[in-house]
Amino acid sequence: MTKQTLLTGILVEDSNELTLGELSRACGKPAEWLLALVEEGVLEPVGDNQSQWRFRGYCLRRVRIIQRLESDLGVNMAGAALALELLEKIDELRNQIAVID
Amino acid sequence: MEYKDYYKIMGLERSASQDDIKRSYRKLARKYHPDVSKEADAETRFKEVGEAYEVLKDPEKRAAYDHLGANYKSGQDFHPPPNWDSGFEFRGGGFTDADKAGFSDFFEELFGHQGQGAQAAYGSQFNARGQDHHAKVAVDLEDAFQGATRSISLQSPQLDAQGQIHLRNRTLNVKIPKGVKEGQLIRLAGQGNPGMGQGNKGDLYLEIHFNPHPVYRAQGHDLYMQLPISPWEAALGAAVKAPTPAGKIDLKIPAGSNSGNKLRLKGRGIPGNPAGDIYITLSVVVPPANTDQAKKLYEEMANTLPFNPRADMGV
Repeated sequence: MTKQTLLTGILVEDSNELTLGELSRACGKPAEWLLALVEEGVLEPVGDNQSQWRFRGYCLRRVRIIQRLESDLGVNMAGAALALELLEKIDELRNQIAVID
Repeated sequence: MEYKDYYKIMGLERSASQDDIKRSYRKLARKYHPDVSKEADAETRFKEVGEAYEVLKDPEKRAAYDHLGANYKSGQDFHPPPNWDSGFEFRGGGFTDADKAGFSDFFEELFGHQGQGAQAAYGSQFNARGQDHHAKVAVDLEDAFQGATRSISLQSPQLDAQGQIHLRNRTLNVKIPKGVKEGQLIRLAGQGNPGMGQGNKGDLYLEIHFNPHPVYRAQGHDLYMQLPISPWEAALGAAVKAPTPAGKIDLKIPAGSNSGNKLRLKGRGIPGNPAGDIYITLSVVVPPANTDQAKKLYEEMANTLPFNPRADMGV
């Protein structure tokens, strides 16, 4: 089935952030799990208390990677968080090398 | 349908122990995990390994698979013999815990044809919002400057009237807005998986990735590039043309520049509020001494310019 209508999406970025509920829905994980990621320092919500928290677009990307690392490789949250940080570092370095080469 | 050699995929002998299988899976899963590996076929390999493990880790499935015999070659045309799985207990048990979307037809035919999970709760008042769907989209860097439309093919599972899950292909035309960055998400409300009962459809999230570009590397809103210049442009300064994704610009090279010096073109990066910058790293390219005249010029420099590029090294 082909839809020919042109769809326009919303760029998920600083101007339109996700609430805890939206983030939870977008990754299909319970809020408690996301709270643990905030505790772990992987997600940095903007806003004073939990009901006002807003997550930027990169948070969803991080959540998805952590989720995959946890389920595919059997690492725990702390391990996945470490791997994520190292992966982001590698990406940055790889980018720098690509410019030099 | 092609025969899949699950042992070969896992790099194992048919006599491998369950421990060997687990170890090999762990190793290969780390190696080919699409978030970890940058190899082009990582995702395909990862799925293959996952599928192979799904069968080999389960002694019953493994026994049934082994029962097919060792004479098939990978990729060979394959039809399961009638009643090939009789006497094995997994029959009707369906999948265990793996996400079978993306497993091969071969797997589907042998292990996937029964007991497929969800049953439609018809008649009941069960309503649930559909799941959000995620997909990756590769675009060109230029698309971030001009905006573009991309046609995206998606596979999403759908329940039919009998409560069976089918993969449905659909194509969406999506507008890629100007100013997207590497890794950024576009949310398309209501384009995810259908809900149950009166539940709304989920959302579709598209993750943007840039195709590798011969000139620029993107980092956030900023672009990085190398610009070759001649020795005299570096030494004397010059006005040169430089490419940007939005078109050629005139660039002033300051006198006394050298390889590795950086210039910043403010606001010429990926459009936005504020727009990104372009960082240019200069790279001095030495012309070849392939004519008598060129040689003479180099010799003249050698004789008249007191210059030791290794002075810092004390030699």
